[in-house]
Amino acid sequence: MTNNASQPLKIGDRTFDSRLFVGTGKFSSNEAMREALDASGSELVTVALKRANLTGDADPFANILDFLESDRYLILPNTAGAMDAEEAVRIARLAVAAGLPNWVKLEIHPDPNYLLPDPIETLQAAETLVREGFTVLPYINADPVLAQRLQDVGCATVMPLGSPIGSNRGIDTRAQIEIIIEQARVPVVVDAGIGAPSHAAAALEMGADAVLVNTAIAIAPDPSAMARAFAKAVEAGREAFEIGLGPVQRAAEATSPLTTFLNV
Amino acid sequence: MERFSEIHDSITFEPLLERAVNATEADVARIIKQGGARTLYDFATLLSPSAESKLEDMCRLSQRLTQRHFGKTIRMFAPLYLSNECVNVCKYCGFSRHNDIPRITLSIDEVEKEAGMLANQGFRSILLVAGEHPKYVSNGYVKEIVSRLSKLFPSIALELGPLETDSYKPLVDAGCEALIVYQETYHEETYRSLHTAGPKKHYHWRMDTAQRAYHAGFRRLGIGALFGLHDWRREALSVAAHAQHLLRYCWKAQLNISLPRMRPASGGFEQVEFLQDHNFVQLITALRLFAPHAGITLSTREPAPLRNGLIPIGITAMSAGSSTEPGGYSSFDETSFTPTKDQEGEQFHIADERPPSEVAATISRLGYEPVWKDFDQSLIGT
Repeated sequence: MTNNASQPLKIGDRTFDSRLFVGTGKFSSNEAMREALDASGSELVTVALKRANLTGDADPFANILDFLESDRYLILPNTAGAMDAEEAVRIARLAVAAGLPNWVKLEIHPDPNYLLPDPIETLQAAETLVREGFTVLPYINADPVLAQRLQDVGCATVMPLGSPIGSNRGIDTRAQIEIIIEQARVPVVVDAGIGAPSHAAAALEMGADAVLVNTAIAIAPDPSAMARAFAKAVEAGREAFEIGLGPVQRAAEATSPLTTFLNV
Repeated sequence: MERFSEIHDSITFEPLLERAVNATEADVARIIKQGGARTLYDFATLLSPSAESKLEDMCRLSQRLTQRHFGKTIRMFAPLYLSNECVNVCKYCGFSRHNDIPRITLSIDEVEKEAGMLANQGFRSILLVAGEHPKYVSNGYVKEIVSRLSKLFPSIALELGPLETDSYKPLVDAGCEALIVYQETYHEETYRSLHTAGPKKHYHWRMDTAQRAYHAGFRRLGIGALFGLHDWRREALSVAAHAQHLLRYCWKAQLNISLPRMRPASGGFEQVEFLQDHNFVQLITALRLFAPHAGITLSTREPAPLRNGLIPIGITAMSAGSSTEPGGYSSFDETSFTPTKDQEGEQFHIADERPPSEVAATISRLGYEPVWKDFDQSLIGT
C-alpha cells in the first residue's frame, strides 16, 4: 500500500500506509486469523479484550494476543462486551495495566443483538478516557452531531457504522457519513457492515480515511484471499478519491466552453 | 414490567398449531426466500411436516445467519453440580425428592477442587447447577462459591431454583454473568401433572424467572424446554414466544436457548414422544431463522455424531466432558478426563462422553474456533 498513498493516514502520533483496519473476531482459528491479517497488509488490528487474558499470566486457552505481532500491527484493544461507560473505562484501564497500548476502540453496545452503539455512554466514556491520556477511537452510529461532540472532547477519530455489525449491508448510512466527513477535524473510519470490497472502495471514494472490516473477511471461505481483495479495493478507492471523481449526472454535458465570448 | 406468563396465557395456540401441521412446501420456501421467520406464524410454518423436505435449505440459511452474527466460533463451557438435594417432586428428574439416590452437597473447598479440574481442562466459563433446597443450597453458599470461583472463571452462570430479583442481586454483584432456567414444559396442564410438590409447582412464577433475573442485572439469560414432556411443536412455539418477549423487554441481555431432549434418569420416567433427530435439527434451524441473534446451546445430552453434525448448522455454545453428579469430576481420570466409576448421584446420563480436548479438536477440524474465554470479570467490576 505504499505506492498509492501520497499522504499516509495519521491518527494520534502514528501514521499508517494501509487504510484497511481489520478486526480479529469470528475467525475459524487463530492461525487463519494471522494469515488473513498478513494478507490484508493492515497495520492496525483490533481485538476484543474480553477474549484476552488480562491478568498478565500466559493462558493457552485465552491466547489470541499471542497471534498478533505487536511490532507489525498497532493492536487496538476494543471494549466490546461493555454495556456502559463505567465498564468500558474499567476494561480499557485494565488493558493498559496488562501492557497493551493506551489506544482504545471504544465500543459500548448494550444491545447484544444488533450491537448498535450507545451514544450517551460512548460520549461519557470518551471524555474520561481522553482525560486519562488514551487515544480514543469511538464506534458510533452515523450521527454527525455526536461525531462533532466526540471531536470536541478530543477523540482521535470517529468511526461511524455503515450498517449493523456483521450485516454485510454496506454503507446504508451514506448521507449521514457524507456530512460527518465534510465536517471532520479528525480521520473518519467507516466501521461495520462492510460486506464486500466494493463497499470498502465506496467508503474511501467518499472520502473516508479508512475502513475497518471483520466479518466479511473472517467468515469468507478463504479469509486470506478475501483480505487481499479488500486491500486492493481500499487502495483503489483511496486512489480514486485523491484523483477526484467526476460528478454523477444524468445528461451529457457540452464540452465547448460557454464563456469564450468573454475573451472576445 | 409486562410479564411473559401473562402474555403466554393469552396466546391462542390453535391457529399456530394448525399451521405447524398444514403448511405447504411453498409456504416454507417463501420464508426461506425472505431470509427468516418474521412472526410466530412463520415460525410455526417451519415446524411443519412440509418443512422436513426443505431441511437442507433451512440448514444452509441457518448456517449463514449464525456465522454472520457469531462467526466461525463455538463457545465452550462446563457444568459443575453443587448439590443434588432437592425439595421438588418432578416426575422426570433424577434429583426428584423421593428418588433413592445418594444425596451430596459439595463443601466450598470441594467445589473449588472440582472447578480447578475444569479450569485445567481449559474451561473459563462455568455453569453452576444445583437442585432446589433452601437449606443445602442457600444463597450465602452460592455467593461464597461465586466469589471464590470468579478468580478462576471469567464467566460464571447459574442454574438453580428460581429466586426473587432482590435475592439475585448479591449473586450478580459477586460475579455471575448468566442465569439459566428452563420451563421444562410450557403446557400448563402437563406442568402441573409433573410437578406435584415443592416450590417448582408454581408454573407462572417459574416462567417469569428470566425477567426477574434481568432486573437483577444478569447479562445473559438462558431459557428452554425439556423435550419429551409434551408435544414438541407446541413447546417450540412457547419457547419462540418467550424468546421474542425477552428480546423486547430484556433488550440488554444476550439470549441463549437450550433444547434439551429427555435422557434416561433415575425414576424411569416414560416420555410422551421422542423428538426424532431430523425434527430436532428442524427445530434448531427454525429457531435460528426466527431469532438469528440468540445463542443456541447444545449439551452432552446429545451423542457425539449429532453434536458434530450440528456445529456448522447453528449451534453457538457447547459443554464437554460433563459430569451431572455433584463431586463427579473428582472420580474422573485426570489425563483422559473421563469417569472411572458409575455416577449414581447423577441427574441424567450423558450421551457424549468425549473429553473436552477431543471435543475442541473436533470443533477445530470442522473449521470452527473453540472459544474458551469470551467474557471478563472486569466488565462486572469484581
